[in-house]
Amino acid sequence: MSWTELLPAAPEITLLCLICVVLIADLFVSNEKRVITFWLSIVALIVTGWSLMATAPDARTLMFDGSYVSDAFSQVLKLAAVGFVAIGFLYARDYLKQNELHKGEYYLLGLFGLLGMMVMISANSLLTMYLGLETLSLSLYALVAFDRNSAKSAEAAMKYFVLGAIASGALLYGISWVYGITGSLQFDGIARALVANPELNSMPLWFGLAFMVVGIAFKFGAVPFHMWLPDVYEGARTPVTLYIASAPKLAALALIMRILVDGFGDLHDAWQGMVMVVAVLSLVIGNVVAIAQTNIKRMLGYSAIAHVGFILLAIFTGSEQGYAAALYYTLTYVVMAAAAFGMIILLSRTGFEAEDLADFKGLNARSPWFALMMLFVMFGMAGVPPWVGFFAKLSVINAVLIAGFPGLAILMVLASVVGAYYYLRVIWYMYFDAAEDKSVFQAGLDTRLVLSLNGIAILALGIAPGWLMTLCIQVLQ
Amino acid sequence: MDLTHNILSLLIWLPIFGGVAVLLTGDGDDAASSRAGMMRILTLVVSLLTFVLSVVLYMRFDGSLSAMQFVERARWIEALNVDYYLGVDGISAPLILLTTFITPLVVIAGWDNIKIRAAQYFAAFLILEGLMIGVFAALDGILFYVFWEAMLVPMFLIIGVWGGERRIYATLKFFLYTFLGSVLMLVAFIYLYGKTGSFEFAEFVQIPLTLLEQQLIFIAFLLAFAVKVPMWPVHTWLPDAHVEAPTGGSVILAAIMLKMGGYGFVRLSMPMLPDGSQHFAMLMIVLSLIAVVYIGLVALMQSDMKKLIAYSSIAHMGFVTLGFFIVWSVSTSTGSGAELGITGGMVQMISHGLVSGAMFLCVGVLYDRVHSRQIADYGGVANTMPVFAAFMVLFAMANAGLPGTSGFVGEFMVIIASFKANFWYAFFAATTLILGAAYTLWMVKRVVYGEVANKHVQELQDLNAREFIVLGILAIAVLVVGLYPAPLVEMMSATVEQLVEQVNLTKLPGV
Repeated sequence: MSWTELLPAAPEITLLCLICVVLIADLFVSNEKRVITFWLSIVALIVTGWSLMATAPDARTLMFDGSYVSDAFSQVLKLAAVGFVAIGFLYARDYLKQNELHKGEYYLLGLFGLLGMMVMISANSLLTMYLGLETLSLSLYALVAFDRNSAKSAEAAMKYFVLGAIASGALLYGISWVYGITGSLQFDGIARALVANPELNSMPLWFGLAFMVVGIAFKFGAVPFHMWLPDVYEGARTPVTLYIASAPKLAALALIMRILVDGFGDLHDAWQGMVMVVAVLSLVIGNVVAIAQTNIKRMLGYSAIAHVGFILLAIFTGSEQGYAAALYYTLTYVVMAAAAFGMIILLSRTGFEAEDLADFKGLNARSPWFALMMLFVMFGMAGVPPWVGFFAKLSVINAVLIAGFPGLAILMVLASVVGAYYYLRVIWYMYFDAAEDKSVFQAGLDTRLVLSLNGIAILALGIAPGWLMTLCIQVLQ
Repeated sequence: MDLTHNILSLLIWLPIFGGVAVLLTGDGDDAASSRAGMMRILTLVVSLLTFVLSVVLYMRFDGSLSAMQFVERARWIEALNVDYYLGVDGISAPLILLTTFITPLVVIAGWDNIKIRAAQYFAAFLILEGLMIGVFAALDGILFYVFWEAMLVPMFLIIGVWGGERRIYATLKFFLYTFLGSVLMLVAFIYLYGKTGSFEFAEFVQIPLTLLEQQLIFIAFLLAFAVKVPMWPVHTWLPDAHVEAPTGGSVILAAIMLKMGGYGFVRLSMPMLPDGSQHFAMLMIVLSLIAVVYIGLVALMQSDMKKLIAYSSIAHMGFVTLGFFIVWSVSTSTGSGAELGITGGMVQMISHGLVSGAMFLCVGVLYDRVHSRQIADYGGVANTMPVFAAFMVLFAMANAGLPGTSGFVGEFMVIIASFKANFWYAFFAATTLILGAAYTLWMVKRVVYGEVANKHVQELQDLNAREFIVLGILAIAVLVVGLYPAPLVEMMSATVEQLVEQVNLTKLPGV
């Protein structure tokens, strides 16, 4: 085996080496100069992004005996993940400084989580997938508990850890059944085994598959395995919530696409029903329960559950359009989620977490510009054109209708109307109510600039939605 | 430079970018600063330029053609075969003219009444104008839907930020009602896309559809358009929205936004689903007559002037839908004259845009002075505001359908057409001549005539120059359309003829 064969895995190897450098460098950085760790992490991300671009293979490439794959799909998701982790770090920096939480661990755990995501995205076997998933999950558990003095964070981390361990167990149990029946851990191997022996497609395999769907649904936060999600969103410090709510969604998409589509694509009939039930429940319960929330982080948590319902319905169709729509929806949702939590961070300041909906009251009087950005985010999430969320919903509904489920399409649009109410409530607080809090934002200029660009991107991607949609279709061919 | 090639794009994007520029100019938190003055002048210039452009459109518009004119087409979303596809015909061109005519008047009417965040207020109206023109000009389903929904956003903010006491309730109700109505239209569009592979309206008109498909799609469209018109029984958002909206918002709502429902019926439902529409025509006629008679009676009972005009809008819009949906009964009973109903409905839309806008502006003039919309708080206004009283009486007459005013033309055409269809349609429709006169003139009697009722009325100042210009221009428009409607009718005649042909062709497969 020559070194060049490792080239498609170079980004992960580069990232791991750089993490070690940052880890050691952080030891010699004093608390006042912690910003050095931040900049080192950003450099690490830029180098990783560059190596992703530089080592992109021309065609789908397998390595490590077929356990690892590099293709256009992984390329796009990894680049997006690196980008959103960088944006998350930038939003987090000032907040962490103000709240005396500016420790190197935030960035390091974030980078380790990214490594886990990249491994997941490129996994071509169940075991690689599991390794990546656990690397990501353990980083996330630790990140949630990152504020040692907060009982709420500790509780959320505990809940996340225990429930996450159960879900990982379910996934592993499912993996063991599938391995026992098909004799392969690799996704294409599983697919081949199913083609060669159609009689394998029976109850024992479905049993294993069901456990795997449970594990996937948990990681995605889909109903009825969503209980951890609102608590973790609320309990974690906002920069951590931002991290959890953005890039890991991309890895979760890779998880479901690699397992259900690459591995069990031919068993579409077997998993379609399960995915539909989970998706419809997520859509309905996420949107309805979000209405009752007064904490905006919790509200966005339930809204994330509803959005996951859309993504799962796109995958449920089992069609090319559906998969492309799922990818498009996830990418655009993450843009909006990053901006939403970025806004919460912007409104927070020393010793004050702007996590109540009421904290957004009168934002238009305090800062018309950022009120406008939040308006973009909210209308984007609600699926009102011309913001990008509309086109994401459009492509999913299109896929569902083509697959022949008009009833589901109607349910989706009606759920969007219910959802519109709680997004509108944020706008109502910002624009129609008087400000209770008149403090000045503490965030730095670079944060403001990136947050503005993030908000404008939601509009710009909606006015010119074509290229990303086309990209998503090409990537999956 | 020849404007003809992209005049529609200019009409849409000039006000939108103008609105963004106004937003960026800002008013420095002080509505009386010189910066705020600049901002107002910029708004007025943009809205007047847009109007001039639309006049150019009118001059170059060829009324003898039924085809789309000023067509612009470019690829927008490759993956879904969506085009940026614009064009106007005899149905949409008059509505675009109405939009560009009303918007500058709204800008002038709000000139110094808006004290808080004036830049955002004027920007919202300009952006709204561009989006509304977009609705009338779009010939691609997704482009149409984008404008249709995006339009809700500035109106949501206009009612919510600058509205009255119960503005939040009213604006949420407005948004959610119209949003709920519209989403099923989107599903119908995507369904049709699945059949034709394109979102182009012309393709939707061509594709054969079974009766069941047509009926279901008709219902989906009906929800979207009936809420906008609004038709009884989905009209309840309108009185709330009108009452709570600032004057400018009420004017735009009544004059233009309601027309989108009627426009949707003639642009989408009727030509795309001729059999489905025919199947539901009876239902539509009954709902229209309920609007005319029942809502007319409801209007009679109102004590709030804005609410009264809101209900009268619903009743008048009943004429529009009546005129459209009697086309089949006219065709089968007499074989000709079906054009009259549709043309009448269209003229009624334009006329109602002018008259209801003027009525809301009149109420706005009173409200600015007394801060009350209650009829009981006024009386004898004619003694202190004679010029205003003259305008108000004129518009009230037009609202009641007096010959010589624009209100008469449309209603008369619709009533004639419904006589050809069925005596009883005409009978119930004609009750509006009594009811409309009753609620409008009774209100005018109580507000304008009689003894001076209280010291507020005693202290009233008559119209200032700004208000005089706005009401004067509207009065001229009302009289011109009333006395000489021929240019308007000629503008739409070829398109209406083609529409009547289309709706009488069956689209059922295999027929």
